[in-house]
Amino acid sequence: MIRIPCPYCGERDHSEFTYGGDGSITYPALDAPMADWLEAVFERENVRGLQLETWHHVMGCRMWLLVERDTMTHEIHSVRAAHTGLAAVLEEKS
Amino acid sequence: MTRFSAWSVFRNGLTGQKDWDRQWRDAQPEKQYDIVIVGGGIHGLATAYYLAKNHGLKNIAVLEKGWIGGGNAGRNTTIVRSNYFRPGNREFYEHSLKLWENLSHDLNYNVMFSQRGHVSLLHSPGAVDAAARGYNTLRLTGSDAEIWQLDQLKQEIPHLNYSANARFPILAAAVQRRAGTARHDAVVWGYARAADSHGVDIIQNCEVSAVLLDQGQITALETSRGRIKAGKVGFSVAGNTSRLWDMAGLGTLPIESHKLQAFVTEPLKPILDHVVVFGVGGTHFYMSQSDKGGLVFGGDLDWYKSYAQRGNLPIAQDVAECAISILPCLGRVRLLRHWSGVCDMSMDGAHFICKTPLDNLYLNAGWNYGGFKAGPGAGWYFADLIANDRPHDVVADHDLKRFERGVNLDERGAGPDPKLHG
Repeated sequence: MIRIPCPYCGERDHSEFTYGGDGSITYPALDAPMADWLEAVFERENVRGLQLETWHHVMGCRMWLLVERDTMTHEIHSVRAAHTGLAAVLEEKS
Repeated sequence: MTRFSAWSVFRNGLTGQKDWDRQWRDAQPEKQYDIVIVGGGIHGLATAYYLAKNHGLKNIAVLEKGWIGGGNAGRNTTIVRSNYFRPGNREFYEHSLKLWENLSHDLNYNVMFSQRGHVSLLHSPGAVDAAARGYNTLRLTGSDAEIWQLDQLKQEIPHLNYSANARFPILAAAVQRRAGTARHDAVVWGYARAADSHGVDIIQNCEVSAVLLDQGQITALETSRGRIKAGKVGFSVAGNTSRLWDMAGLGTLPIESHKLQAFVTEPLKPILDHVVVFGVGGTHFYMSQSDKGGLVFGGDLDWYKSYAQRGNLPIAQDVAECAISILPCLGRVRLLRHWSGVCDMSMDGAHFICKTPLDNLYLNAGWNYGGFKAGPGAGWYFADLIANDRPHDVVADHDLKRFERGVNLDERGAGPDPKLHG
């Protein structure tokens, strides 16, 4: 079991969360060329090592999180709210 | 190499089984090969075998970083079937199943292919209709398929949970009788032995650490056993495709590496004659009984991306719940082992057998859950691609540019999210 330190709820089992996917992807503008969309939707770096990814604390606070995790050791390196406004508030509080 | 026959088994029985030859050579790497296949699993060994046998090619090596069959070939649930429906997938898996049917004879090695039937349980009238539509596609394209109503299913497998109080009562089943299981090690060893007898060098403990390039071509591979020059190179390393792809400087792929677990119980007396599949309401479960008596089963991915060959416990709980819900009689059976393999999960759940941006590099990857059953077919079509430098019609859409053309070979209709293509 991976333990994920949720910035709002504290450290919880990963089974409380659902996995989103590669968090390094940003979608291009709606009118961007097709090649940019193809890249964002279909192509992956598939990192072996430290990767940025999204998790949803669906059985907790329901916040989407940006997690830095090692895909070889499963070690969690950092967790913050994916929503930049929420991240700023939570980081100020702590 | 001794050819196996009733006579050779009898003769060696008389001499205490001491006179068997080595089944394949422990080859030392040469400096140069015409064709180098990276990856000594079922796919890589089958590719080398068909390159030699079907296309008469020589001077071929298979490089394996560990021992042959030590990767995903030994980390699966050994199920073989061809109930795929998308054009391309349909013909591919049917061809692979036909190769399985004659594989023991072809390789002169008993791969213990047992066509015990693949029984997918259905739990709603809608599911029965959908299965009938899909399985009619199988019948119309030269395969076998049946829908069993409840009375026939009860006769064939009497001890499933037929209770009306079950969370998902069983209504019927979609069945492919020619499907079944095989002995995973025997497949690896059979292909290795047959490839070796055609002169293929199988080089173990030989990990590729760098790919040397010159003007859009691979010139050589740097390995843990020295530099090996190569005329043509085939990557056949599902799970770690992205790492080799990165070594070749080729950037991204429509693939993520996820891990899939499988489980085996303590050995039991014969209790399950078929492969049974249960998938409804968010569950995903498949089970068969091995010749040693262990119930071999698996379920979903571990959900998060991973290159680690070890599984997590929440999935163990999920599959145990599935097992009990369809076969309550297993309630006291103990789990013996579980293992995890790293899968190339592709963006549409289908594979790649294709040319690449490098002139002399060919790719066999993206096998999702389906790599074991695909082994013979993948070797056959991949060898055809490498030998003829063009894809066979059957795998023409299994290239890296299909998404650009709007082609998705998505059996489940799950969309471009690799973890959903179970």
